[in-house]
Amino acid sequence: MKFGVMILEGPYQHQASDSAYNFVEAALKKGHEIAGIFLYTDGVENATSFMTPPQDDRHISKRWAELIQKNNIDTIVCIAAGKRRGITEANLIKGARISGLGQLTELGINADRLITFGD
Amino acid sequence: MLFTVNKSPFITQNLKSCLKYVAKCCPILLYEDGVYAAVAGTTVEPMIKDALKRVDIYVLQEDVKARGLDNLIDGIKVVDYAGFVDLVVEHNVCPWI
Amino acid sequence: MAEEIKTDEEQAEEDKTKFLFIMKKSPHGSTYPQEGLEVILIMAAYDQIINVLFTDDGVFCLKKGQDTAGIMVKNFSATFKALESYGVEHLYVDRQSLKDRGLTEADLLTPVELVDEDEMREFIREQDVILPF
Repeated sequence: MKFGVMILEGPYQHQASDSAYNFVEAALKKGHEIAGIFLYTDGVENATSFMTPPQDDRHISKRWAELIQKNNIDTIVCIAAGKRRGITEANLIKGARISGLGQLTELGINADRLITFGD
Repeated sequence: MLFTVNKSPFITQNLKSCLKYVAKCCPILLYEDGVYAAVAGTTVEPMIKDALKRVDIYVLQEDVKARGLDNLIDGIKVVDYAGFVDLVVEHNVCPWI
Repeated sequence: MAEEIKTDEEQAEEDKTKFLFIMKKSPHGSTYPQEGLEVILIMAAYDQIINVLFTDDGVFCLKKGQDTAGIMVKNFSATFKALESYGVEHLYVDRQSLKDRGLTEADLLTPVELVDEDEMREFIREQDVILPF
């Protein structure tokens, strides 16, 4: 099955990003395809390359970068939400790209399921 | 349709309002702080027991464990993330965030 | 029995994706309704089937007379009036949510369709994509 995932919360503040990550990992393990991940509202902050969390805690943007590159997952940071929050090409994790809400529409049309993690 | 609920029933009405829209044969998954609704002996237990008469309720094992919870309400089914994925394969999702 | 033959138009309509936005959060206390509304406006241009359900505190999004000058945030409430012209099929408002919050249709800034949970239960199940804001 092809899953689309939308994330509406930033890293650490709420569990949404972690839940989304765990869900995506589990889906991949089961052989499903992730049609795309769309980062919207504070979700765009998961894609900043400027994160330096303490060493004994998970590095949320780094693990996203590893997961999406390893599995070639199309990961979109909404341009409007990104601009609002200072997430631009200049500070984006590898593997993510900036695009518009049209991509969320396409994801909704093309994926078999679109699941949202937020607050 | 799978309804997913991630907030504690003690601070929001989310679970209560979700139950309004859950048709028979639409399961609910409690995850993140939503798992607190699955614990026996709380003021929310009657609402859950009543809901169990018409729908399946699942709770995410990893979130239950993370919060040190045991003594779940009888009839609630425990699934892990793999089970969460299976539920989403079987049902379209209505995220009640 | 002869197979029902659909016109191209009917088939195209059937092939569209049914999106339902469920607006559950009140305006201004979080970004969800405002940025949710932005999604609706963009998505409406894609000629799919878009419906919106306001329930729980989401009904407050449609409250008349919002004046945000004092809190210095954007007043986006008027944009809800434009949704119909953007091609959004229905603005559904949960009758009970309105009542619980001491509101009536007369308090809302745009005509809506009041619905009960029974109607919405089936309607939700028919959707292809549910976007919660």
